[in-house]
Amino acid sequence: MKVSASTDIAAAPEAVWALIGDLRRWPDFVAGLTRWEAAGRRRSGLGARYRALMRIGSADIGGLVEVVEFHPPADLAWNAVTGAEQRGRWRLRPHGEDATRVELRMTYHVAGWAPGAWLIGRIAERAIRRNLTRTLGELARQVERDGSGR
Amino acid sequence: MGGLLPSLGRSVERRVHHADLGERDPDYIRDNLPWLWLLASAWFRADVRGLENIPERGPALLVGNHSGGNMIPDTVILTMAFSTYFGAERPFYQLAHNLVLAIPALAPLRRFGTVAATPENAAGALDAGAVLLVYPGGDHEVSRPVWERNVIDFDGRRGFVREALDAGVPLVPVVSIGGQETALFLSRGAGLARALRLDRTLRLKTLPISLALPWGLNVGDFLGHLPLPAKITIQVLPAIDLHERFGPDPDVDEVFEHVVALMQETLDALAAERRLPVLG
Repeated sequence: MKVSASTDIAAAPEAVWALIGDLRRWPDFVAGLTRWEAAGRRRSGLGARYRALMRIGSADIGGLVEVVEFHPPADLAWNAVTGAEQRGRWRLRPHGEDATRVELRMTYHVAGWAPGAWLIGRIAERAIRRNLTRTLGELARQVERDGSGR
Repeated sequence: MGGLLPSLGRSVERRVHHADLGERDPDYIRDNLPWLWLLASAWFRADVRGLENIPERGPALLVGNHSGGNMIPDTVILTMAFSTYFGAERPFYQLAHNLVLAIPALAPLRRFGTVAATPENAAGALDAGAVLLVYPGGDHEVSRPVWERNVIDFDGRRGFVREALDAGVPLVPVVSIGGQETALFLSRGAGLARALRLDRTLRLKTLPISLALPWGLNVGDFLGHLPLPAKITIQVLPAIDLHERFGPDPDVDEVFEHVVALMQETLDALAAERRLPVLG
């Protein structure tokens, strides 16, 4: 299953990356995140691992995730190491003169009997999409606030 | 009847696996988490709080109040929530009555980590570093009448305190509400169980009588029932280090009274949050 959401933020990719590229700041803008703790010494960049949980329905779902791509200020991707099977990506691209198109993608696999898993995946998709959309809204608000403060 | 029940009792004994910790299967749990998640989220609108109170690593003994007749939605929801929170990789076992594990249709429970409630299984799980869930109230508590739904009733069973002390593990109380609203539980049927000698043959001290879907009058609940979609809330309380809290040689009765009082206080608070039966 794939879910994605995108938005245009009135700031340069570097300004957006200042938040996304610093994994310690994710709880400030990622919606539904109930747990976000570094696992291991590396706090950011390629190879950083975090214990991540997101509230979806009645459960906190997630596991250990690892950053597998880290290309400032354009791409950051993660894969799940344990727990729920999922991967995700932040994709930042310049949009016009002074804006950035930010896309947040998640791909996940629902285990079990296929027709049931498909249905459950679609139900979960609504909750995940809501979290992704709220995340982008909060990210835009914070980037634009940081920019105006300068 | 006199000859049938003892032989049934022996048959149950034969079916119960005593060293079955190895039957837990994380891949099976992972495959089944999605529909359990749907059941918990859509049917029971479950709200599980405080899982972060379970120590991040190592063994712990979770002590819960038990509700819902033989359908025990609180166990299903807690097992689901534990496995999504910590991952199916983390060993988690649940102690159950022998009879539960002897029912062929419930064999999948063993793959979820449900094991017979024997001291060997309890000590084995904790010694192996697993988290173990015990419901001291057992069949006595799950079949309490609906007007006692917000009462913690372990029937004085204190074995869990000794288990935690012997294994040297923290005790984590788990309080749930809503499970006893999934049918109209009327009586434990303790007198009926005694009259039928079920206490001696099957170690069953109760023969619960309820009004439940789809049967109407439901005696024994052996075939289960369709639970009403009652809202289930589960609160995990902070872990108790027994030696830190009660000194080097804790008194079992004192620990028991403390845990029950703490759980009752929490259950009262959860009950006060509820506006309507079933709907929550």
